[in-house]
Amino acid sequence: MSIQKVIIDSLIELNEELENEELNHPTAETKLYGGNGTLDSLALVSFITDLEERISDEFEKDIVLADEKAMSQRTSPFRSIETLTLYIEKLLGE
Amino acid sequence: MQQIIIITGTRKGIGKELAEYYLSLGHIVIGCSRDQGTIQNKNYRHTQLNVNDEKAVIKMVRSVKKEFGRVDVLLNNAGIASMNHFLTTSFSTVQNIFNTNFLGTFIFSREVSKAMMKQKYGRIINYTTVASALRLEGEAIYAASKGAVENFTQTIAKEVAPYNITVNAIGPTPVETDLIKAVPKDKIQDLLEKQSIKRFGTIEDIKNVIDFFIDAKSDFITGQIIYLGGVHN
Repeated sequence: MSIQKVIIDSLIELNEELENEELNHPTAETKLYGGNGTLDSLALVSFITDLEERISDEFEKDIVLADEKAMSQRTSPFRSIETLTLYIEKLLGE
Repeated sequence: MQQIIIITGTRKGIGKELAEYYLSLGHIVIGCSRDQGTIQNKNYRHTQLNVNDEKAVIKMVRSVKKEFGRVDVLLNNAGIASMNHFLTTSFSTVQNIFNTNFLGTFIFSREVSKAMMKQKYGRIINYTTVASALRLEGEAIYAASKGAVENFTQTIAKEVAPYNITVNAIGPTPVETDLIKAVPKDKIQDLLEKQSIKRFGTIEDIKNVIDFFIDAKSDFITGQIIYLGGVHN
């Protein structure tokens, strides 16, 4: 399974609770956090927590999705599915 | 109801006694320490790690989630003390104390909170000391590390409150364990004199406060620091 698919699956499950229309059909361009993002900070931490677990199960590697720029509006790796995919790729490669 | 309880620092002292106490009540206890475990019980699991080893802590918490499916209680019990004038305290001692007392509490709280968030329930108990409230001479670094734990406790209590997780801290007085065996007797006596109730704490005193914090009925109690012996800021 690709990283992007793991992210999208996690978002879809999270959205069962959030019921946010913009997250019904997520794509690489879907904005997540900050600016026009669809997640607030509480939803973001739930999402990150779930994602870490899925990545650990799928890729058998424990990564921590914590970053000093996490809450930044401009440079957070959690801005969109695309930036998050790249960020996770980098962490898995380390 | 059987609870899944993680306790750090269970090889000896208060941590070991608490582990045995909660095991005797029929709960599952998962402990850790730098050395091998010393508790034999079918409901006990032990991991050998340093509490400030991020990767090892993540692995331990994930293994608990895998085996038991949840974590109800975290007792951030592991701690090291040091009594010294700050002018004769080495840089590496300060790093060691903060690594165990603060960073250990931080990493365990972060990882366990992730499990608790999903289940929308959790009780985190951190450990401070009366030395922090009393601004005790000779305990500057130990008390500062616990001061950090106190502030952290009260702030994260707000951050995890929406998930029905409570975070509180207990501030024991000296209890006769290994942690204080190297401290001169007159220094301990001076400290006891500063308490409202001038005696050593006992393990029973500590159990009493922790039992209160982890009680399911204590869901409106968070961000609180309870010092034993009538000590206050």
